[in-house]
Amino acid sequence: MFSPFITHAGSVREIMFKVLLALIPGIALYAWYFGPAILVSIALASLTAVATEAAMLKLRRRPLAPFLSDNSALLTAWLLALSIPPLAPWWLVVVGTMFAISIAKHLYGGLGNNPFNPAMIGYAVLIISFPVYMTHWLAPHGLGQLELSFADQLQFIFGGQFPQNITLDAVSMATPLDTLKTQLHAGHAVTDIFQMPVYGYLSGHGSELVALGYIAGGIYLLFNRVISWHLPAVFLLSLFVTAGAFHLADPAHFVPPLFHLFSGAAMLAAFFILTDPVTSPTTIRGKFIFAAGAGFLTYIIRVFGGYPDGVAFATLLMNICVPLIDAYTQPKVFGKKGVK
Amino acid sequence: MRTLYHFNGGVHPPTHKAQSTQTPIMQAGLPSRLVVPLHQHAGNSAKPAVQVGDHVLKGQLFGMPEGSVSSAVHAPTSGTVTAIDMQVVAHPSGLPDLCVTLLPDGRDEWITRVSTDYLQTNPAELRQLLRLAGVVGLGGAVFPSDLKLRPGTQKIKALVLNGAECEPYITCDDMLMRERADEIVRGAEMMRHILEAGEVLIGIEDNKPAAIAAMRAAVSANSLNTMEVVVVPTIYPGGGAKQLIRVLTGIEVAAGVRSTDLGVQCFNVATAYSAHRAIEHGEPLISRIVTLTGNVQQAQNFEVLIGTPVNELVALAGAKADTNGYIMGGPMMGVPLPSDQVTVTKATNCIIASSPALFPPPPPSMPCIRCTRCVEVCPAELQPQDLYWFAKAKNFGKAQEFNLFDCIECGACSYMCPSNIPLVQYYRFAKSEIWANEREKDAANLARERHEYHLLRIEREKQEKAEKLAQKEKAAAAAKAAATTGTDAKTIEALRAQVREIARPASEHPKE
Repeated sequence: MFSPFITHAGSVREIMFKVLLALIPGIALYAWYFGPAILVSIALASLTAVATEAAMLKLRRRPLAPFLSDNSALLTAWLLALSIPPLAPWWLVVVGTMFAISIAKHLYGGLGNNPFNPAMIGYAVLIISFPVYMTHWLAPHGLGQLELSFADQLQFIFGGQFPQNITLDAVSMATPLDTLKTQLHAGHAVTDIFQMPVYGYLSGHGSELVALGYIAGGIYLLFNRVISWHLPAVFLLSLFVTAGAFHLADPAHFVPPLFHLFSGAAMLAAFFILTDPVTSPTTIRGKFIFAAGAGFLTYIIRVFGGYPDGVAFATLLMNICVPLIDAYTQPKVFGKKGVK
Repeated sequence: MRTLYHFNGGVHPPTHKAQSTQTPIMQAGLPSRLVVPLHQHAGNSAKPAVQVGDHVLKGQLFGMPEGSVSSAVHAPTSGTVTAIDMQVVAHPSGLPDLCVTLLPDGRDEWITRVSTDYLQTNPAELRQLLRLAGVVGLGGAVFPSDLKLRPGTQKIKALVLNGAECEPYITCDDMLMRERADEIVRGAEMMRHILEAGEVLIGIEDNKPAAIAAMRAAVSANSLNTMEVVVVPTIYPGGGAKQLIRVLTGIEVAAGVRSTDLGVQCFNVATAYSAHRAIEHGEPLISRIVTLTGNVQQAQNFEVLIGTPVNELVALAGAKADTNGYIMGGPMMGVPLPSDQVTVTKATNCIIASSPALFPPPPPSMPCIRCTRCVEVCPAELQPQDLYWFAKAKNFGKAQEFNLFDCIECGACSYMCPSNIPLVQYYRFAKSEIWANEREKDAANLARERHEYHLLRIEREKQEKAEKLAQKEKAAAAAKAAATTGTDAKTIEALRAQVREIARPASEHPKE
């Protein structure tokens, strides 16, 4: 027995649970606009994550119960599933999740010790190893030439087969970010590109509403003090300012900044990925640097890089810098802030 | 309205103060025996001033202060000294310390008490009076008050009187302020006089309206226009001296800095009360208010003689059957008592009977996820998660670099930690390891210096011998030369004397 003898209610399990809860509005909108395949990916990733977590704990001779119930593996699974196309073959989800949990998390020491966001490592491994499968994004509700039934989607995920007369091209489409890139390459102007049906009010049709779902979840996390405002606010501001600067300089070739905020995984990153406490800085100044860097890199990779989205690599690049950022942003302690 | 300042973080644990403030302070009375430790204060232990078998009067000196940081210890009642020996004291280490055991004679007969007119006495004498009266800080740190009443390098603008009492369960200061506000206020005025302080700010948390009212009434009754009762927000550890000074004056007293050098000083309200008893009534510090609460039938505050065994005190409140131990102090910073046989000291502000239901063992620790809830609540503005990491890795150099010694061990970080990591324990461990290393290093340095000096001395003696030999030979040669060249006998005799002088062993030379 030693002091303090009392403790505030709260646990890692509860924190992770609230983050999972906060993902639900985004997931619901996702399933509404793009079909229930995403729910299958999430379920598959969850099962894989828990099984991998258990196996790794066993191998590392760690107790199973406290770690399996901490919800951290589930969170990694959900974030990874949300980052990859729902119409991916089952093994893509499984491989990505297994890699994220076993290599990116447990080989570094498990919960609390991984320098990189495991879900983003999983995503990076998949997009480098299986780039083609990573482009099977479903067309939003009402936009595809054809819409697959849930049974058809299941058949493709687990059997790799479409019903007769249906091709992959007919049901999938490039993401708004991808379309923008290819159309710009083809010499079209931004205003013309935005007339295409894939675009909605701010960014992609449907996906912009999923982004709103993530914002709703993020606000819930902010109000429950699970996350602080610094990372999301600074990341979104940095992305906005960078995109805005390019847009102002050349509006014909660079889209308005709000498009970037509501495209791809920007909102998911702002509220759910960058805010992973294990892989982000602990000091306030550090959080500003980290989030500003991630916003800037996301834009640069999206616009000038070869990948459809820049969030994952921006996150990982900033994850590398965290120990350095923390070391150089130590705040002055009580009474040692210099002469006032 | 006075501008209040803010300190970082803090927590709001349930206060549990209502149960012990229902009834007035009760006299605990005479126990069967009193065991009074001679080391109840910061600094050196007091030197025994009585012998076994002595009959002593209430207030008679048991131990004299020894060295500059020390304080006196007195007989809490009249009776016979039956032992002066090592006994287990109220300290978490469970290690024994030198104690005087007194068998009360039941007459409770005082020594002659002399009242001192503080306005006619110079501050140095008043400080000496407080030192001999054994007045120490009753907020828990038990630092000798006379030392804190020495002026610093600049004029004391504010004397802060700490009535915040932020720890849950503890209500001894609250009840003292409710019932004895007048004496506290007068004691504070004496302290202000000694320090020549500008104003007295009495900080009381807003969850003590009765104490606030009583103190305000006492201040106006004594028409002290340099004294003000300031209501501060209830937040733990808002009653930490550094935190309260910050809230009331905006001044941040860093670790290792004397607050008087920044123009401010802070005393607990009970210390001011004791100073008043000592100066006005000639009564040394032989009793204090103790909150008895937790797993008991009737939680209450008692005025307890120093040296009263905890088990006899607890009997007055009636510990419930499932009581599994006692905590001295509050649930945030208190220490578990090694047994209920130990006795009340000047540091005992509260005794909480604990039970598994009241303080269930914490769930097993999980790894740190760097969530920084500890950073958010740290009043010292540290990075507790980094300190934890360094302490765990035994990287003590880094821990010190990250200001480990600025940690006040308030426990707010541990309280908030979602991973239930006993953070403060890690810091205490790191601090004690660093102290132990420093002691070892000091010892090694001393040994090395001694050894080097020893070698130096041997070398010097060797050199001196060689020089003397050379001189001797030279002198002999000169004598020989003189003899052959016919120098007079007187000169030869002088040279011979010189040779004899040189040839004498080194030890016979007078010390330089």
